Amino acid sequence: MIGQLAAVVPAFIVLGVVGIVTARVQAGRVLVYGGSLVLCAVLLGGGLAALTGDIQRIVLPIGIPWVGGHLRLDALSGFFLALIGLGGGGASLFALGYGQSEHHPGRVLPFFPAFLAGMTLVILADDAFLFLFGWELMSLSSWALVMAHQDEATAPSAPQPGYVYLLMATFSGLTLLLAFGLLAGAGGGLAFDNMRLHAAGPGVTAGAFVLALIGAGSKAGLVPLHVWLPLAHPAAPSHVSALMSGVMTKVAVYGFVRIVFDLLAPQPWWTATLVLVAGGITAVLGVLQAVLERDLKRLLAYSTVENIGIIFVGLGMALAFRLNGFAAGAALAITAALFHAFNHTLFKSLLFFGAGAVLNATGRRDMETMGGLIHRMPVTAFFFLAGCMAVSALPPLNGFASEWLTFQAVLLRPQLPQWGLKLMFPVDGALLALAAALAAACFVRAYGAAFLGRPRTPAAEQATEVDHWSLTAMGGFALLCLLAGIFPGAVIDALAPVSQAMTGARMPVQLADPWLTIAPIAASRSSYNGLLVFSFIAVSMLLTIAAVHRVSRGIRRSPPWDCGFPQAAPDTQYSATSFQQPIRRVFGVIFRVRDSVDMPAPGERRAASITQRRWDPIWDPLYAPIAGLVSWIAERMNVLQFLTIRSYLSFVFGALVVLLLTLALWQ
Amino acid sequence: MSHGLSFDIAHMLAGGLVLVSFLMLYQDRLLALLHVLSLHAVVLALSVAWQAWIQDAPHLFITAALALGFKAILIPMVLRRMVFQMGIHREIETVGGIGLTMLAGIALVALSLEVMLPVTSDVDPVAREDIALALSVVMIGMLMMVTRRNALSQVVGFMSLENGIILAATGARGMPLVVEISVAFSILIALIVIGVFLFRIREQFDTIDVEALDRSRGGQE
Repeated sequence: MIGQLAAVVPAFIVLGVVGIVTARVQAGRVLVYGGSLVLCAVLLGGGLAALTGDIQRIVLPIGIPWVGGHLRLDALSGFFLALIGLGGGGASLFALGYGQSEHHPGRVLPFFPAFLAGMTLVILADDAFLFLFGWELMSLSSWALVMAHQDEATAPSAPQPGYVYLLMATFSGLTLLLAFGLLAGAGGGLAFDNMRLHAAGPGVTAGAFVLALIGAGSKAGLVPLHVWLPLAHPAAPSHVSALMSGVMTKVAVYGFVRIVFDLLAPQPWWTATLVLVAGGITAVLGVLQAVLERDLKRLLAYSTVENIGIIFVGLGMALAFRLNGFAAGAALAITAALFHAFNHTLFKSLLFFGAGAVLNATGRRDMETMGGLIHRMPVTAFFFLAGCMAVSALPPLNGFASEWLTFQAVLLRPQLPQWGLKLMFPVDGALLALAAALAAACFVRAYGAAFLGRPRTPAAEQATEVDHWSLTAMGGFALLCLLAGIFPGAVIDALAPVSQAMTGARMPVQLADPWLTIAPIAASRSSYNGLLVFSFIAVSMLLTIAAVHRVSRGIRRSPPWDCGFPQAAPDTQYSATSFQQPIRRVFGVIFRVRDSVDMPAPGERRAASITQRRWDPIWDPLYAPIAGLVSWIAERMNVLQFLTIRSYLSFVFGALVVLLLTLALWQ
Repeated sequence: MSHGLSFDIAHMLAGGLVLVSFLMLYQDRLLALLHVLSLHAVVLALSVAWQAWIQDAPHLFITAALALGFKAILIPMVLRRMVFQMGIHREIETVGGIGLTMLAGIALVALSLEVMLPVTSDVDPVAREDIALALSVVMIGMLMMVTRRNALSQVVGFMSLENGIILAATGARGMPLVVEISVAFSILIALIVIGVFLFRIREQFDTIDVEALDRSRGGQE
């Protein structure tokens, strides 16, 4: 079976070539996205089969000499292949309709399958060379997709999405290269099997761990390496945003899990603390910035940062439990993390599809220019609501199930001997609780501003419902969100082989419990029944509706309360900025929010305005100085561009003489 | 230290090449410089031919013939025609202090020997001396390119540098003929390109002093 799955990679590349040739005709879109859909279905099927199957290997004659190309299919890679198949298939389905409005299909069609090919190769690779090759293919093709609409991008003074993304992608590739270098050791065995056998010293192990955390973390979006996400995700076409946010960050999580849980020897306890600290900060900072954001797609990107934080908290707990020999806890934590990764793929793809549909219908990304879309796009609005509920972790949807499992792992905290872990477990619990609450506020705000109220602009007033392909993709993901929320036991059981391979233990069998209850440790301790919650909500909702209709006899329409001003303009509505104001007041300290009101004097005819300035706690103190230093050096080096020919020759000559002198003195 | 006559002759010819390089460094008149370039190539051809004889490698005779034909006769003739066409045969170019340049050249030769002799202590003594002296020739060629202001004498410096590389290559045993032939032809092509450029520069600026190019680029001088 691994042979068929490996063949998917070149098939994607062929589709990319087809995309180059047929970019100008309508059939090209159908061909490329339809082909991607079929290949993604193959990945999904193969991945699901691999979850329960044996480990399969294959050695290809390509790759670097004497190493070849090693591919391997085990439960972990099967799970992530299924994720790619699911997310990529959904994005292809959505793009079948959404791609119609693409102005430059030639800039998107060739790279979309190449992006999928890169991700598939990363998952299948079993040596460092193929892994990094796939990683770079994934980075570069997604960079090309980010650049597709560069000409309609932001002001020249703002950080350029493509540039920042390329820099961060290169940085992540470099750190992973160094991590693999440390793992391979002096012998230089690039195959992962050599690395598993190679027992490195504690210093090397810790170094490789930190490098892997930085490399995978900067691709996944761990604070402070997340800066490219809110820039790059909104810049790409929406189905690509969904793929980058929903699937590519998961491939980065896969890289981290593969290196840290599989290839590395057991690490010292402070590494687990490091992951826990990074995860907790990522979750809170990501969601805080999401709350403050007005751009719908940037908001979703920041929310991705938050969810990556939750996933990494789960992974950190799994590490902590594993190194203390508490296998059941480790199994629970890693299952929670992977379950959340799965859920995030579902609901974040759904939300990006919704944002893309809104963008297509209104041409706007700023939530303050939307409003009232629930009347114009009722189906999209319904599916987007499902996505919002899932990401806000409301039962009975899937987000609740995985976050609940994560909290179970936090609460499980046995007597860990290390003070760092002892400290970080409750702190992370509190941070996750804060993040979950803020996420709910964030998505209430997003949904309210975009879909409820009255249209704020003519563009929002004239929006129309999107095509059927897009709606099918959104509906499918919304249904999956519900199913995974009602039957979490099925997902947990499917993840058991992964947890078995990574931590040496698995969670108890869930589907054996009566009435689809899930109990992470024991039913006496804690249990959750998604089906029960769903039935309760459904029944009580139906009863309420019936009661309301019986009492009130149908819908009454009346003019809204208008604060005493008749014919209030849509601008006077409660806005997204109004909604975030209390949160801005509380957390404004972190972001140094400054509101300045420009009120014209009586008699002046210009409009009053209010501007909000925000300080980015990561970009401004960390990245801005680096950018400043680089441009300072570049300006100093600029002189070198304007020297005489003889000066250049003298430089070459001088360099040669200096090198020879060094050699002569060295001996 | 008895290496026999063959070693002494190889050594003498390679040393002669360094000596001619110094002549070139000293010479500040263009036509005389071209004559020295011819002499340089002749000495190179002799040296390569001697290597061919003692290494019993007949293909090196082809290299020697190439050096003699192209570098000693054809290239200097072409450059000479250029000098007459441009009417600069009486031009005496300004070189920054011939004495200082010669001293720098001596220092470079010392440096080359100091670097090369210890590194190559375990190879064939003929090749060893050859490589050390060849590096000196390369360094002096570069020094010449740096210290001259006239584009034509920079070309001459480049040609002598290339002669040094050939000397090093023939000293080491087993360089394939195809490499040498392709190098020889690439030098010819370089000559054509450089010739075209010189005439173009001349058309534009009425001089082939490279300082004029820098002024045109707005360089700080």
